[in-house]
Amino acid sequence: MALAKSVAGCDSLIVSGFRDNVRLEVPPAASLEALRKLRSHAGLDLLVDLSAADYLNYPNAVHRYGIWYVLESVETGIRLVVKTWADDPDPRVDSVFDVWRGADWMEREVFDLFGIVFEGHPDLRRILMPDEFSSHPLRKDYPLRGDGERHNFHALSREES
Amino acid sequence: MGLTLADAIAPPDGSGHECQWTLNFGPQHPATHTTLRLVLNLDGEVILKATPDIGFLHSGFEKLGEHLDFNQYVTIVDRMNYVSPVANEIAWHHSVETLLDIKLTPRCQMIRVIFAELMRIHDHLLACGAAALDLGAFTAFLYAFNQRELINDINEWATGQRFHPSYTRVGGLQRDVDDDWIGRVRSFLKGFPAAHADICRLLNRNRIFIDRCKGIGVLTREEAINRSATGPVARASGVVRDLRKNRPYLAYEAIDFDVVCSQDGDCLARYLVRMEEMLESHKIIAWAIENLPSGPVNSNVDDRMVLPNQLSVYRSIEGLIHHFELNMTNRKWQPPVDEVYASTESPNGELGFYIVSNGAPEAWRARTRPPSFIHFSLFPHLAEGHTVSDVAAILGSLNIIAAELDR
Repeated sequence: MALAKSVAGCDSLIVSGFRDNVRLEVPPAASLEALRKLRSHAGLDLLVDLSAADYLNYPNAVHRYGIWYVLESVETGIRLVVKTWADDPDPRVDSVFDVWRGADWMEREVFDLFGIVFEGHPDLRRILMPDEFSSHPLRKDYPLRGDGERHNFHALSREES
Repeated sequence: MGLTLADAIAPPDGSGHECQWTLNFGPQHPATHTTLRLVLNLDGEVILKATPDIGFLHSGFEKLGEHLDFNQYVTIVDRMNYVSPVANEIAWHHSVETLLDIKLTPRCQMIRVIFAELMRIHDHLLACGAAALDLGAFTAFLYAFNQRELINDINEWATGQRFHPSYTRVGGLQRDVDDDWIGRVRSFLKGFPAAHADICRLLNRNRIFIDRCKGIGVLTREEAINRSATGPVARASGVVRDLRKNRPYLAYEAIDFDVVCSQDGDCLARYLVRMEEMLESHKIIAWAIENLPSGPVNSNVDDRMVLPNQLSVYRSIEGLIHHFELNMTNRKWQPPVDEVYASTESPNGELGFYIVSNGAPEAWRARTRPPSFIHFSLFPHLAEGHTVSDVAAILGSLNIIAAELDR
């Protein structure tokens, strides 16, 4: 992974591994440039997965949100997980929409469920939850159980629709 | 706050564009199979812009995955792609077993391979049958469903459930298969090629079917990679990538089979790739069922990862304690505090789970990488420039399963 490290070209990288996963941790300010280089120079041309997790009260967590990009090379089958982070009160990272069009819906999903804003995404709107929904359900401070949000949505009559 | 759906739907602009209109396709439309909605901006019959609107079946599966333990959540992943349920279970437990570093027994691996391939046939039969049904070919659909019924029987025989078997467990299976089950698989294998040939005879040279599929919804190789397509959709566009070959899991390394690809990238190519893949799956099952290793299906019970069988729970104190430990809310597994992504080649494409673990027996985050979700995001790209009637062909060829799409 020395190759990936040199290609990504960033000083503050942390390389770690677990089982067969190799991880590269990139600060959010450098993530877009690193991912762009990994695609163009290291041949990691397939964005397999992009998602996030909320590390609120996670053991030894420094940042609240972690965002990961699972990259793979179609030619060689090499796989690399790139991780970056975001923090409250205004979690945002750069969008990789311009690098991979496949990131379109994946970033919208993360925006919808975690409220992380992807700067530069041309069409960042909710995808799974309704437009009027006000919270982000996969955040750890969103409860599993409760009265629900149904009262926030009034039923449309045929005349109104 | 972000944009809303209303922002995304382009209003028909006034002068010179009197023919432009907007059509709501779904959420309740037979060709959407389940509930998904498309807002189509049309010029006459030509699609100028397609805006998918999804989320009608969103039921918070991933949130539930953070609250159910590794064995309980298998009943939920079952219901993601309900067309190939066991394939989802295998993918989920593949990730869990990667996290916990459990090695499966040879027999368990082979049974999972057989189920994975049965599910591939199961899924492709529905995809091809329903794709034909949406284009007006009813008979092929019935022939396909006839065979699916036999696979449901095989499911039922092994697990007691036809549609949502919840068959896999951490490090093993719910129960071992018996000789009758093997007999059922053998008899299915015997009858399947004839049924497959019937479907081929009905569709492969069917003028109407070909005219409605050929050259429709073309996905180039570059776009397939750029837009993260996987599985049969990518392979129909010439992307030679099959996780069973590229990153072998279970017993696939030992099994001889071919990866089916096409270069056309249109709806017909996706249909043909799926039809050919069924024959490869048939070959795999035929080999695996004759080479099914004997021995236990659960990996080493003493390392306290796998549920012991009923007999040892009822007849030995060790088994009872062990069973108790794996079911008490304050015991169960103690995974490392780390995260892992592992994926399998599900019938629809790459199905992976990214599990973040905080050391508890439930995942901290159980991210599903759903192939349907990624493939549906291709839809506007594929549909633009085609006509309304092609929507059914393109949707059918992508095989969107809304429960997996929305989770």
